[in-house]
Amino acid sequence: MSTALESTESKASSHSVKGRSRGPRGPRENVMSRTVAMVIMGAFTLYFLVPIWWLVIAGSKDTGSILTTNPLWFADFQMFQNIGNLFAYRDGVYLEWLRNSALYAGVGGAVATLLAGMCGYALAKYRFRGREMIFNAVLGGVLVPATALALPLFLIFSKVELTNTFWAVFLPSIVSPFGVYLTRIFAASSVSDELLEAARLDGAGEVRTFFTVSIKLMSPALITVFLFQFVTIWNNFFLPLIMLRDESLFPVTFGLYSWNTQLNQIPELRSLVLIGALISIIPLIVAFLSLQKFWRSGLSAGAVK
Amino acid sequence: MKHTKTAAAAAVALLSSVTLVACSSSEDPSASTGPVDTSSCQPAGENVTLEFTTWIPGIEGVVDTWNAANPDIQVKVQTGPNGNGGTYKNFFNQIEAGNAPDLGQIEYDALPNFRVQDGLEDLGGCEEVLAAKDDFVDWTWSQVTLGSESSVYGIPQDQGPMALFYRKDLFEENGIPVPTTWEEYATAAQQVRDAGGYITNFSQSDINQFAGFVWQAGGSWFSTEGDEWSISLDSPESLQVAEYWQGLLDDDLVSTLPAWTDEWNNGYNSGEVWSWVSAVWGANSIASGAPDTSGKWAVAPAPQWTEGGSDAGNWGGSSVAVLKGSDHVYEAAKFALWLNTSDEALTALNEAANIYPATKEGLNLPVLQEGVEFYDGQPIYDVFAEASAQVIPDFTWGPTMTQVYGDVSDGFKNAVSGSGTLSSALEDGNASTIGALEAQSIPVAGE
Repeated sequence: MSTALESTESKASSHSVKGRSRGPRGPRENVMSRTVAMVIMGAFTLYFLVPIWWLVIAGSKDTGSILTTNPLWFADFQMFQNIGNLFAYRDGVYLEWLRNSALYAGVGGAVATLLAGMCGYALAKYRFRGREMIFNAVLGGVLVPATALALPLFLIFSKVELTNTFWAVFLPSIVSPFGVYLTRIFAASSVSDELLEAARLDGAGEVRTFFTVSIKLMSPALITVFLFQFVTIWNNFFLPLIMLRDESLFPVTFGLYSWNTQLNQIPELRSLVLIGALISIIPLIVAFLSLQKFWRSGLSAGAVK
Repeated sequence: MKHTKTAAAAAVALLSSVTLVACSSSEDPSASTGPVDTSSCQPAGENVTLEFTTWIPGIEGVVDTWNAANPDIQVKVQTGPNGNGGTYKNFFNQIEAGNAPDLGQIEYDALPNFRVQDGLEDLGGCEEVLAAKDDFVDWTWSQVTLGSESSVYGIPQDQGPMALFYRKDLFEENGIPVPTTWEEYATAAQQVRDAGGYITNFSQSDINQFAGFVWQAGGSWFSTEGDEWSISLDSPESLQVAEYWQGLLDDDLVSTLPAWTDEWNNGYNSGEVWSWVSAVWGANSIASGAPDTSGKWAVAPAPQWTEGGSDAGNWGGSSVAVLKGSDHVYEAAKFALWLNTSDEALTALNEAANIYPATKEGLNLPVLQEGVEFYDGQPIYDVFAEASAQVIPDFTWGPTMTQVYGDVSDGFKNAVSGSGTLSSALEDGNASTIGALEAQSIPVAGE
């Protein structure tokens, strides 16, 4: 979806460039529709940004003034003290959670992307018996919500005594049916058979061809899959809730949730939950901003061919 | 054909073995009636490691003290969200999968649910547990025996006796006497309203607070006779309490802010809401939710239904139970007793998480005798200790409290927004609870 947005955006901008170069002779741009579009976009931007702004403000206050002062403006700026308290609380368990989330989402997302990429590529580029059946089965997997699988997974993992371990969250995270679907579609259109033929004639094996040639051509799709999977794992809450009991294995989302359920009893946790939530969204923002440019370069790399 | 036959035979064999197992296990408890049978509670005779799941923050430090002194019984703390936030569901899943922790924190109102689903080990075979009975405040003990003579399903950990928190300064300034009966409370409500405030906030979602009111009035929502449950959400006491609050709602004498929200905190912090009949742990909720009102609050015994009475209700409290499938009931019980009766553990728990102990001795902890700054130096825990002794021991929770809370809360929300009444919400809740029990094949008396 994000790629679609990107491309419409770039189309739109190229339109306006053309319109400008044509100068007054071109058709007049409809000011009305443009204003309406801007207003709607502005409203939505505000709608999405206000909660983050609220979080930034709340993260800068102490527990008392969170409730008693204007929620959308600073009162007593002590964000750094809050961060210090957060990192010190219970011997820095929050940092452990961050690390866990980074491992689950980062490594899990990378492995999931590789597996999905290989699978999608194979389904797109090789002919073998049962190909469509496998693809349809994977497609069926897209339709099953991950939440519905958590409990069966728990019972299976119990049998092999893997609950309450790193693997309990990691292993289910490295499968991405949607990734297989996306990479198959993308590989079918972006990796040409002629190119593969050329690579084979040059003596490259199938594996080498995949890792040197195909993977580059598929990179926009792979980046998309990685981002999606990263965000999915990062936000996956139900699986850790069911699988984990050891605090040192929690991902940050589940850890913060646990704290949040204790607010009635330990109200002092409020400021820690808020600053913790603020810090926990930073990796997501960084991931998006830094990976965005690969989308563009990837798309253009495909276009030059 | 042949295959299906063998499969069928295997299935029959499997089924019959299942029934056999079921029979033999159901015979066990009947064998243990009479003199205390301690066979279910024997020391393992070797070093054991217990798993203990609880959501009390900072309890690790307390457990470390135990571990240092008991190398043969090591306890590993596991944590998670609070019970209804997911931990109870996890317990049930883990019991099903056979890998539940040995010990789990379970609130009083959830114990019957675990009992009905056969999720608890009976500690009635442990002599030390039976001997500890008199250490605990009487009514907390009846919360963990669940109406049985010889069984104990958990060790009481904390309690939530209720009292009246009120804005001493505002009551004094306006010449309103502190109400000692609910009738006076209603009169005061009118005076407070005339002065521009609300005497309290009626929470549509804290059904366990409402249960505490009913508890204080001498009512109960459930009772058991053998295996059969009787449900009485619409008992006379229950309806009396409902009509009382309905009257306050109708006359706009109480606010109806959604509880535990910023709005609600602000209601108290800004001085719009003047009092709260709440449990002992509410002391911290006010202190953190209404920081600007420090030093202006005081605590008095809860208003009474009869003049000169001294009944108290309870809101909250939990136990430490031994979950089904634990191989070390004896050791688990021993640890749970230490955790919830020893001075060092109770003091540490109070420091770490404001746990208000369930033992008679625990209420005399030095830390609970001190004046509290937020309450203008009043030693507020004295009031709660008195209330604790006055809590009626007969209140029984049902096996489907999550459903009860949900259904009654829906009804209360409607009543607050003007459709239906609190009484009709309780009557509807009564009917839906009977349905919920029947749906789970839990026997209901008279059905």
